[in-house]
Amino acid sequence: MSTLETTNHEEDGVTRRDMIHVSAGVMAGVGAIGALWPFIDQMNPAADTLALASVEVDISQIDVGSAIVIKWRGKPVFIRHRTAAEVSEAQAVPVSDLIDQQTDEERVLAGKDEWLVVMGVCTHLGCVPLGTKSGDERGDYGGWFCPCHGSHYDTSGRIRKGPAPKNLEVPEYAFLSDTTLKIG
Amino acid sequence: MAEWKTAKPENKALGWLEERLPILSLVNNVVGPDTPTPRNLNYMWNFGSLAGLMLVVQLLSGIVLAMHYAATTDVAFDSVERIMRDVNYGWLMRYMHANGASFFFIAVYIHIFRGLYFGSYKAPREVLWMLGVVIFLLMMATAFMGYVLPWGQMSFWGATVITSLFSAIPVVGESIVQLLWGGFSVDNPTLNRFFSLHYLLPFVITGVVILHLWAKKVSDSGNPLGIEVKSSADQIPFHPFYTIKDAFGAGVFFLIFAAFIFYMPNALGHPDNYIPAEPLVTPDSIVPEWYFLPFYAILRSIDFPLGIPGVFELIDAKLLGVIAMFASILVWLALPWLDTSKVRSGNFRPVFKWFFAFLVIDMFFLTWLGGQKAEGNIPLYGKFATLYYFAYFLVILPVLSRKETPLPLPESISNPVLKPAE
Ligand code: HEM
Ligand code: FES
Repeated sequence: MSTLETTNHEEDGVTRRDMIHVSAGVMAGVGAIGALWPFIDQMNPAADTLALASVEVDISQIDVGSAIVIKWRGKPVFIRHRTAAEVSEAQAVPVSDLIDQQTDEERVLAGKDEWLVVMGVCTHLGCVPLGTKSGDERGDYGGWFCPCHGSHYDTSGRIRKGPAPKNLEVPEYAFLSDTTLKIG
Repeated sequence: MAEWKTAKPENKALGWLEERLPILSLVNNVVGPDTPTPRNLNYMWNFGSLAGLMLVVQLLSGIVLAMHYAATTDVAFDSVERIMRDVNYGWLMRYMHANGASFFFIAVYIHIFRGLYFGSYKAPREVLWMLGVVIFLLMMATAFMGYVLPWGQMSFWGATVITSLFSAIPVVGESIVQLLWGGFSVDNPTLNRFFSLHYLLPFVITGVVILHLWAKKVSDSGNPLGIEVKSSADQIPFHPFYTIKDAFGAGVFFLIFAAFIFYMPNALGHPDNYIPAEPLVTPDSIVPEWYFLPFYAILRSIDFPLGIPGVFELIDAKLLGVIAMFASILVWLALPWLDTSKVRSGNFRPVFKWFFAFLVIDMFFLTWLGGQKAEGNIPLYGKFATLYYFAYFLVILPVLSRKETPLPLPESISNPVLKPAE
């Protein structure tokens, strides 16, 4: 029994029993957090939601200067057939004037710069900006205008004025042919 | 603390129960004949029990609505229309529930501003007050998720805008939003979980209300003079005096409530919510329910970053707006330590009174601003109104507590002789 006494008697007041209490507590804590995770992760997108396929779009009917909106993953995507003037306007803006600094070239596919494809989701709080339908208000920079809190986007979908912090997001896309676009 | 009296029911069966579970004593000590209450409570003290009654109205009407409602995007809108047209008295249940949310908020707003004027948040009632703030936050979450359920245009876009607020959080924001949505946009999984939580939260609220009343029992009711109870001459039993007074107030309140339900059931709602949700078309303007407007106005009026725009931004405009909106309510939690004036009641604070009156006007102004389109001078007005709102809590109250000379306080509630302030 002498061994027990010596181990229980320590100068700094820390005993072997404290050590056991702490490690048991830590193990229980880790276990509790581990058990909690499935209860949180169940809220994340489910497998079938993630599996939503890409979409193919026929763009042959989109005249120069007009745009369409399609639905992808439950969200709108804008496909805009830009006029030469709109393209050069977008290219001419000095990057230093921009809130979210990106050149127009970074936002379109090389050689296809008349086509602008962006998510139709305002980067402020997620409204669908106006400017796709003819007759819509397009804001001070000729691109899109978000009516919710007044964000103005230019002809490259870049944020120029208002509360939105970022440019309209460019989704992953590719041209399957001159008239078909694949998004996703 | 108010002393605890044990009930001794004459009825044998009740006595038997009471010995095993003192539930009669509980009621008796919180709202019964053995609950001594200041004798001078005015009608501002009516709104706590009114809020409680509205919670009951929402629970009852909500539970029966849930018997007919279906939380699936394909049918949610139609199931609500079916409640309106085909379910027996369905229209009544729904109008009661939708207007009930508004009247619940009316009662709670008056209850809160009563507290702000009469200093109900001051010692020893800090925890009582803070539990109230928790109830208010839970109510906001519940009403927000409830409004999504009918799956109209405002439901959908309100849900999109509000859940997107969380994307302002650096690094993890986008993941949090996806977690809330259960997908890449507000969709079926979102509707489903909102229904689950909309059903749950009112019961959580009920739980916090019980804690709120418990804290009230411990610290006793305040009163319009803001002075301590000195003797039993200052008090009357809660029952029958205040049960009757509250019942009369409830009669008047429910008369107005009924006028809305029967004669103008859609006056407080937005007509766009009778258009089924359409993810590709944002309505002309997204307007939250009226009870969210002041906070929505604060969110919108912050369109500048913290730091020097374009050069060095500590917090970007979007995140700053979200922080301001949450802070505008959370600041209430710190109130007991911001306003350190020993005098509770605004009646005896000649300068405070004016700043408070201006806060009330400011709240109405913010409510109006929140419903306007963010065009022209509206954002500018919003900045001024937001500035005053925060200045009231963070600057004016702390300064006033030190500088203001209060008026002489009465000797006691029952004896209206004035004595100079200490
Ligand atoms: C704190 C209490 C509550 C508040 C503030 C509240 C608020 C709301 C609001 C604002 C709506 C939208 C009404 C509309 O425009 O159609 C709603 C809908 C709904 N609520 Fe509640 N609610 C509460 C409690 C409950 C409870 C306890 C249930 C029971 C399950 C419930 C079930 C429903 C259902 C099924 C709907 C959809 C039907 C409809 O839209 O009329 N609610 N709620
Ligand atoms: S959501 Fe577009 S400006 Fe706020």
